[in-house]
Amino acid sequence: MLEVSLRHAFAGFTLDAEFSAPAGVTVLFGRSGSGKTTIVNAVAGLLMPDEGRITSGDWTLLDTQKRIRLKPHRRRLGYIFQEGRLFPHLTVRQNLAYGAWFAPKDAPREDMPRVVEMLGIGPLLDRRPGALSGGEKQRVAIGRALLSAPRLILADEPLAALDEARKSEILPYFERLRDEVSVPILYVSHSASEVARLATTVVALRDGRVASAGPPEQVLGDVGAMGTRGAASILTARVVAHHADGITELSGAAGTLWLPRVKAREGATIRVRVVAQDVILSRALPDGLSALNILTGTVAGLRPGQGPGAMVTLDMGGERLVARVTRRSADAMGLAPGQPCHAIIKAVSVAPQDVGQTFGDAHG
Amino acid sequence: MSDWLSPAEWEAVQLSLRVAFWATLFSLPVGVTVAYALARWRFPGRELLNIVVHLPLIMPPVVTGYLLLLTFGTQGPVGGFLDRTLGFTFAFRWTGAALAAGVMAFPFMVRAVRLSIEAVDPKLEQAASTLGASRGWIFLTVTLPLILPGIIAGTVLTFAKGMGEFGATITFVSNIPGQTQTIPLAIDLALETPGGEALAARLAVLSIVLAATALALSEWISRRVAARVGGT
Repeated sequence: MLEVSLRHAFAGFTLDAEFSAPAGVTVLFGRSGSGKTTIVNAVAGLLMPDEGRITSGDWTLLDTQKRIRLKPHRRRLGYIFQEGRLFPHLTVRQNLAYGAWFAPKDAPREDMPRVVEMLGIGPLLDRRPGALSGGEKQRVAIGRALLSAPRLILADEPLAALDEARKSEILPYFERLRDEVSVPILYVSHSASEVARLATTVVALRDGRVASAGPPEQVLGDVGAMGTRGAASILTARVVAHHADGITELSGAAGTLWLPRVKAREGATIRVRVVAQDVILSRALPDGLSALNILTGTVAGLRPGQGPGAMVTLDMGGERLVARVTRRSADAMGLAPGQPCHAIIKAVSVAPQDVGQTFGDAHG
Repeated sequence: MSDWLSPAEWEAVQLSLRVAFWATLFSLPVGVTVAYALARWRFPGRELLNIVVHLPLIMPPVVTGYLLLLTFGTQGPVGGFLDRTLGFTFAFRWTGAALAAGVMAFPFMVRAVRLSIEAVDPKLEQAASTLGASRGWIFLTVTLPLILPGIIAGTVLTFAKGMGEFGATITFVSNIPGQTQTIPLAIDLALETPGGEALAARLAVLSIVLAATALALSEWISRRVAARVGGT
């Protein structure tokens, strides 16, 4: 478990954050300027904070009180940068081997052929980074970090510099990383869909402080951390069948979901992110609607917002679904905890990037 | 060679090559270090160092030669010390010519290397540090290969400048055949000697050929290295 506690003052901005990152992927989530990259750089040792303590198990990377400030090259981290930062004068193979060469000989390490196969970079090995596409570079950067025998992998918005097509090309590799590699990952992102697909734990940051931390289902539904427009739920469901009309049938604790073609094989378990303001509530079971998904649950909580809105949390067979409605409708419907309620979700409101492809049992 | 150049002239050519070789050899590590310090480090006296390095480029060469004479002459503080303790003399020796050539060429070396260091993205060096490389290893495996074109350019410029240095050399170590009379000094002497025009012309042509060859060679090497580093 990585424990981070940092305080650092910049001109006009103070970082004061404390969180812990258990095994799996911990996503540092927030807008630009919220302090995400500062935290990652402090963990990597590229930035020395005014005060702080960073430990992983019994291993201390930084403790300003005890005057321990490990140099970056002694921290044994695999840092995946936003711009890749591959060495232009080395081939892909040499880039991949670079970190492994400096790692202690007895360090537990990944097998080069396995990593090359996992990332699909075999045909690129003898090329130089200048001849690679953005997505290829980023896959090599992942491999380079992984092969340096790291005790922790850091990724600073590794997809931000890529277009949508490249993003959906790389994201599955991070999902494989999470599910197949035991090294914990600290992942910086400002994208809620990346959080929904990847995170085991989310640390939401705002203005240099931790606004909310916990499992993604909890943090993404937290209006305080996400803002009213960003709040969302994560439903876990299993792919039952792909139907001929392009609709995929999924089955989860909340009931049956019908979504536009999901890129996952039948039987796979996936995560679906549903944005709170895309959910419509109804007391009676609606009839003759175009929306494909009508889920039934009970009201678990009702929280009026500062404006005219209210956030309603529904319990759906153990899963939580948040809906953003107006206070006026909540009053008119007489919504109160314990009452049954139906939630209506348009199938097309769930964007493809909000659907995670595979979901490892280890972290389920 | 001897039908074309007399033994004395051939001696001047060999001496020039030797002077330029040693001047370059010593300028290289010092020049790369100073260039690195100027490009990357912030320290008190950085501006002063920058000015001192560039002075030989701006000052009249005679002044540089005079200052070398004051410092490294047998009566000078450094020259006197070396003479007494190690028996090593600069004054009126080819070593003095090499020193003068090295000092005069030093700004060329530093400028070329510094420009190439400033072109290296420090983020690559950061990436290397997160991968476990210490500062020394980062320099050897990342910085040095990336600045190689600049180092080659600086080396060739230094060598060419060392071959052709005149003012500081003649002031510091005089014009002694076989000892300090490099090609430019031999040309100067030939021009002052009645009937020496043909010799001066031959040596001048030789100078041009050597300089042009050096430049072409460095261009070729730089292009090859840049293509490697450029990554295509």
